[in-house]
Amino acid sequence: MTEIASGPPAPGSQAGRRPEAIKAIPVRHPWRWVSAVVVLAIAADALYTVVTAPHMRWEFVGRYLFGRLILEGAVLTLELTVTAMAIGIALGVVLAVMRLSPNPVMSWVSWFYIWFFRGTPVLVQIFFWYNLAIVLPHIGIGIPGAHIGFQASTNSVITPLMAAIFGLGFNEAAYMAEIVRAGIISVELGQAEAAQALGMTRLQVMQRIVLPQAMRVIIPPTGNETISMLKTTSLAFVATVPELFTRAGQISNANFAVVELLIVISVWYLAMTSILTVGQFYLERHFGRGSQRELPPTPFRRFQQMLFTFHAPLPQIDPAPPLNSGRH
Amino acid sequence: MAAALMVKAEAVYKNYGRLEVLRGIDLEVLPKEVMCIIGPSGSGKSTFLRCINHLEKIDAGRLSVDGELVGYRERGDRLYELPDREVCRKRSEIGMVFQHFNLFPHMTALENVVEAPVRVKKEARGSAEARARALLERVGLAEKVDAYPKQLSGGQQQRVAIARALAMQPKLMLFDEPTSALDPELVGEVLDVMRGLAKDGMTMIVVTHEMGFAREVGDSLVFMDSGVIVEQGAPREVLANPRHERTQSFLSKVL
Repeated sequence: MTEIASGPPAPGSQAGRRPEAIKAIPVRHPWRWVSAVVVLAIAADALYTVVTAPHMRWEFVGRYLFGRLILEGAVLTLELTVTAMAIGIALGVVLAVMRLSPNPVMSWVSWFYIWFFRGTPVLVQIFFWYNLAIVLPHIGIGIPGAHIGFQASTNSVITPLMAAIFGLGFNEAAYMAEIVRAGIISVELGQAEAAQALGMTRLQVMQRIVLPQAMRVIIPPTGNETISMLKTTSLAFVATVPELFTRAGQISNANFAVVELLIVISVWYLAMTSILTVGQFYLERHFGRGSQRELPPTPFRRFQQMLFTFHAPLPQIDPAPPLNSGRH
Repeated sequence: MAAALMVKAEAVYKNYGRLEVLRGIDLEVLPKEVMCIIGPSGSGKSTFLRCINHLEKIDAGRLSVDGELVGYRERGDRLYELPDREVCRKRSEIGMVFQHFNLFPHMTALENVVEAPVRVKKEARGSAEARARALLERVGLAEKVDAYPKQLSGGQQQRVAIARALAMQPKLMLFDEPTSALDPELVGEVLDVMRGLAKDGMTMIVVTHEMGFAREVGDSLVFMDSGVIVEQGAPREVLANPRHERTQSFLSKVL
């Protein structure tokens, strides 16, 4: 028995002695074992079926996994993802601030943008930009009516890559606008008031106080959007952009190893989304500053802790002292 | 002389839609005066405080701080709304402490205090930090400069909030129920800091339910109810011998 070093005795132990820690026999859960075995069996069977498929040529997977065309496609997929997300986030922040603006025109324009770009399929939007030149051979900026400004052929401005970037980025901006707006709204009103009371301008309040706090709410869905974008870039094939999916199609057109190449690019998509997931964790951790008393452990720390606690002594079944000894 | 007053309110009205929150407030605060405002919730005392630094716009009357109108410029017999930049500059000269502290949770105590001098006054970071450390020491939190608000108790947070307001070297401090959200045992440490400020000659308007503080530290006491000042005078006098019936019934419930 341990004596309590200081402080008043715990309730129910006038003697000031702490009753022994509870050591009970844990409830058994036989059905957990049964269901685990069933699920594992089904999964193993599915895997076995695919691996041993009679016409699967696994050597193609190995041959193309690090092939030059596939690697180039992977790089382009990443570039598309980064560019489209950059446009989406930048434009999304602008749209969110417009949506919350006291100026009604700003708010309406933002509302209309979101309604339009969220209400039409992104595939349609990419294809639209890709084919814009058919109806609009020249585009430019300048003063209407006057012959001043800049003009160029649509095809030279909206290359297939730009068509994909516009389609993906402008569509993403509509979703990001809603995410950013939710983040801004989630920040307590008292925060902006306290900042205003110190004499900060509207812009300073937004930049220094509201947006950094909104980040905590904005980052997790933005991470999801980025991961989703990485996969959505495969739609760029309609604009003949040679990213991963297009490359897989081109190769399998020649050698008919369709499924094998789909496996190759799936490995790449999985690898890239996994890396993004790790990045997301550290971003969330960074912007979670101050929201928790302690930062959550990194996966590495958790792994270390697991190593040390995995073999922690299980509660011993020791019948010796009755549970309520030391009481009464 | 009007310019000698720190705050002067003449027939100040404020309404939210059809609800009249302030219905003709007349009030004068001298430099270095500590004025406490008491009254039931919904009496308009917090709203009045927020009008003083233009967090709320008044609808009628005149309200001036240190001889200048709040939120407007008067030229001839017309009022011109001040541009945002001017409103911000004036707010920067008035410190405000909130019931729920409103510390910036993504910044440490030190960063909270340094933020406004660096961003608003464009003070050099080095000197701002030195002053911030001195201020945090003054409110008894020298050890906590690197703590985030979540890691501090309510009383500690409120003391950081006071330091944050003081960092702008305000000529007037507004306290909006600074101890109402605190555990009873933490109220004392905040009141101690405020007592020290009063002794150093800070002009303070304190909306509070702490009658002991009002009696001890206050130079004047105002009792507000449903948007008007019912009674005002020396704190001991008002608290001991309230003349108005409404003051009597309020005090009988809270004392």
